[in-house]
Amino acid sequence: MNNVTFTLNGKKTTLSIDPSKRFLDVLRNDLNLKGPKEGCGEGECGACAVLIDGDIVNTCILPAANVEGKNVTTIEGFAHTKKYAVIKEAFKETGGVQCGFCTPGMIIATESLLNKNPSPSDEAIRIGLSGNLCRCTGYELIIKAVKRAAKRGEGLW
Amino acid sequence: MVSHRHPNSLEEALETLKNEPCHIVGGGSDLWVKNRSWANTPPAFKKTLLYLAHLESLKGIRKTDDSLIIGAMTPYETILNHPETPALLKACLYELASPAIRHVATLAGNIANASPAADAVLVLIALDATLEIQNHAFKRTVKVKDLIEGPGKTSLESRDLITSIRIPRRTFTHQTYKKVGGRKADAISKVAFAGGAVIKDGTVKHLSLALGAVNATVVRDEGVEKPYINQPLSKLKSEKEAFKKALSSSINPIDDQRSNALYRKKVALNMINRFIESL
Repeated sequence: MNNVTFTLNGKKTTLSIDPSKRFLDVLRNDLNLKGPKEGCGEGECGACAVLIDGDIVNTCILPAANVEGKNVTTIEGFAHTKKYAVIKEAFKETGGVQCGFCTPGMIIATESLLNKNPSPSDEAIRIGLSGNLCRCTGYELIIKAVKRAAKRGEGLW
Repeated sequence: MVSHRHPNSLEEALETLKNEPCHIVGGGSDLWVKNRSWANTPPAFKKTLLYLAHLESLKGIRKTDDSLIIGAMTPYETILNHPETPALLKACLYELASPAIRHVATLAGNIANASPAADAVLVLIALDATLEIQNHAFKRTVKVKDLIEGPGKTSLESRDLITSIRIPRRTFTHQTYKKVGGRKADAISKVAFAGGAVIKDGTVKHLSLALGAVNATVVRDEGVEKPYINQPLSKLKSEKEAFKKALSSSINPIDDQRSNALYRKKVALNMINRFIESL
């Protein structure tokens, strides 16, 4: 295996890289996509999350080889969608963003959740976001934001 | 630099394993933490990497008359959302890691890593699950309990691959899964408990209890359970202290960064107590 080929934000991409490289490093260093962040580096904080075939995945513990043939959406790609616009406004209005470090991961987690469950209960939201740590907001404002996004974006998901 | 193998079929994977020792990579979520390197440098692996997460023949869940068979590369989230998954396993997967890990991590990885704190393992042992293991020459079936020998140690040989997990279909009348961790998601257990029972007309028809993170391997003692099977439930209830005492000698937890032995033992015994009281 010398190349890894996948769809990145809608564009077919082939990279000649070490397939054991953490996919987060590929995104940030080889592709200069700085939306996914490195928080804990061991899958506990979700700051590095992206969507793979529509599902949230932590890229800090993901071998680049495992995205072969997959559809990868980072926050940069997701930012061009209507769904993003709804989630962004909801986060902005409720105060779901403070320092912003966790925000790309939180938005990816929100999208992954709403993809499967367009009108989640409070419990479902807490589970959907359970792998994402935020050290500023105390979570309540983020949960409010997800609820607001689900309501306002009814029919989008 | 290590080699990377991305086989197109199970046969090709088994052939690779026959020829060279490999790290078998499913979701990679444990291996990539354990072999972590500095940011922007590949992890420090010393063996060939054999990537298998893409092999469809190792994925999926199917039902037979008496079992549920889960392909080794089926991610947790798929198992969690499957209607036939036993409730006890669902209860565990619901609290295991987080969606972002459950979309890639596998039961086979949890088993092969053989961590004493592996959450799914104790549930599989409580459910009497077995594994189908293949190599280039033959297939064999092994109980999950018999495969794991110690922390990070299994009876798997370097050419072996876990291809599926078989869980006998059984409807418990009573079941409990309880995990004690520092956080609701993404926590490594301080101590974990899985219990299942079938009680019919006041008689214990089936009983299985397993505890994780309290010894080098999961604690389940069928010898302790057996005298209570096909006996009145009142016998188990009245001999609860003796039952706990019999298991107590196997509950030998350690002090580490997550918890301490005294706490773990106390909680483990409380969990057994509560389970028996709930029957």
